[in-house]
Amino acid sequence: MAFGTGGSRSQGRGPSPGFRFTLYAVLSFVVMFLDQRHGWLEHVRYVLQGATYPIQLAVSSPASAWKWLQEVSETRDALRAENARLRDQDRLLALRSMRYEALARENGELRGLRDALPPVAERWLAAELVVQPSPLRQRFLINRGSTNGVFKGQAVLDDKGIIGQTTHVGPFSAEVILITDPEHAIPVQIERTGLRTIALGAGDTTSLALPYLPGNADVKAGDMLMTSGLGGVFPAGYPVARVTEVHGDAVQPLAQVRAIPFAAVDTDTELMLVWFRDDHPASPTPASTATGDLRTGNSKLQPQAAPPPRPKTPAPETSPTAPPPAGTGARNPEASSGTVNPAAAAPSKSRAPAAVKRPDGSTPVAPANSKDSVSGDNPRAATPPSNPAPPVTPEPSPDATPRNP
Amino acid sequence: MSSGEPTGRMLISAFIALLLTVVPLPYWLEIARPSFLILAVLHWSIFAPRAGGIGLGWFSGLLLDVFQGPVLGAHALALAAVTYVFCREHQKIRSKPGFQQSLIVLAGLAAYEVLLFFIDGYSGHPITSPLRWVHILSGAIFWAPATAILGYRERRS
Repeated sequence: MAFGTGGSRSQGRGPSPGFRFTLYAVLSFVVMFLDQRHGWLEHVRYVLQGATYPIQLAVSSPASAWKWLQEVSETRDALRAENARLRDQDRLLALRSMRYEALARENGELRGLRDALPPVAERWLAAELVVQPSPLRQRFLINRGSTNGVFKGQAVLDDKGIIGQTTHVGPFSAEVILITDPEHAIPVQIERTGLRTIALGAGDTTSLALPYLPGNADVKAGDMLMTSGLGGVFPAGYPVARVTEVHGDAVQPLAQVRAIPFAAVDTDTELMLVWFRDDHPASPTPASTATGDLRTGNSKLQPQAAPPPRPKTPAPETSPTAPPPAGTGARNPEASSGTVNPAAAAPSKSRAPAAVKRPDGSTPVAPANSKDSVSGDNPRAATPPSNPAPPVTPEPSPDATPRNP
Repeated sequence: MSSGEPTGRMLISAFIALLLTVVPLPYWLEIARPSFLILAVLHWSIFAPRAGGIGLGWFSGLLLDVFQGPVLGAHALALAAVTYVFCREHQKIRSKPGFQQSLIVLAGLAAYEVLLFFIDGYSGHPITSPLRWVHILSGAIFWAPATAILGYRERRS
């Protein structure tokens, strides 16, 4: 091309262009290194994000003005229709939440707690999109920042499911990464089987990929994925996506699974920021640990082979998750009844004692074993068998359930 | 140095180009949107290399990083590199007719995007979607009108 031998240097003033370019290149590398490796530029980013927020607000104002105009000019009939629809929906939700109360109480009783647990979400804050996600980078800007108490690594939801989490928080704005971004990974659990895996963003605004499932995993199109509670950002049990395609090739070791998120990640304009109760069993484990690195999460939060170590040292083990006092109360008798605990004392082999305990030999939980190739000693897999196993002392098994939501 | 150097116009046009770069657009327009800020920077580095030069490229790249980059400094490095070459060869590029200029800009944008692709991959934020290359073409097509608008004052005088 035209970039041949450089004959025309502009040597008017200061150092030569080559020197200046070298300087800027070195500066870029330093900035990239600091930002990438150590997060030292978090404050710089904070300031820059605060400074550029007015620009972004101004730039998105035509779109929001158009939206406002549409809202204002809505006709009476449309409003009435929407009102009726919302009233229907409200009635439905009220009915459902009535049932929820009963279920929550029943669940609490089953867990041996005196009272029903409070909801895991402590506080909600509605936020609006300022800048839409681009097709290439599925991140967007919302109009809430650290002045509203938003923190890095906070879960973002809409009324149907998980949308994503905050990555960079500025004073008045925050950047949210969608679960469909290729850089995002969310720990999920298949609702039907309890199988845990990780869902990655597929990169095209509307789908998730589950690349870590073995070819013979028990997954079907239509399965619902919910959060598993690992990873320290999202609490357990929130809907994430529905499986749409499963390609299990007998030759390939891994299945290719696609899922569509419940949340309308590409069309939402309003969403919710959630603060979760730290002491709730279903809450994500303390946010102080895992927010830095989205991909690897906290190494302490790997699926634990829960039961065995706890009878020996109950108190220090339980402290990180800070379970409710009732939970610790249930744990103490367990320590005393250590003799009844062989089933729980063998962690990864807890399935075997459970099977032994049943003289009839019928192990209905057998299909659940297929999941173990993925998630190792899955605590959830270990608990159901141990539940019926020691019928004399029901305490130990409820203890394991709240620990590993 | 302010005499004769269009510093003010350069900064204003860069700011407007930045607004055009971040203004929300519908999906397909968004993909095909030329990177206005880069075009503006290239224009000024060809026609007024002493006014902005590599510094303009670097700071514009840093702004792009703040708005749309996963790592601060990635766009800055890529844009500074391309700006350096364009500043160095500005006389040759300036003397070329419009169509050849567009081709040169196409090569410049491609170099920029390849550099960015490497940096993205190396820093662990790869965007492998082929859509990321579309703006090179649209930028080259848009070069002629863009440079006509930006160089309106010079051409008239």
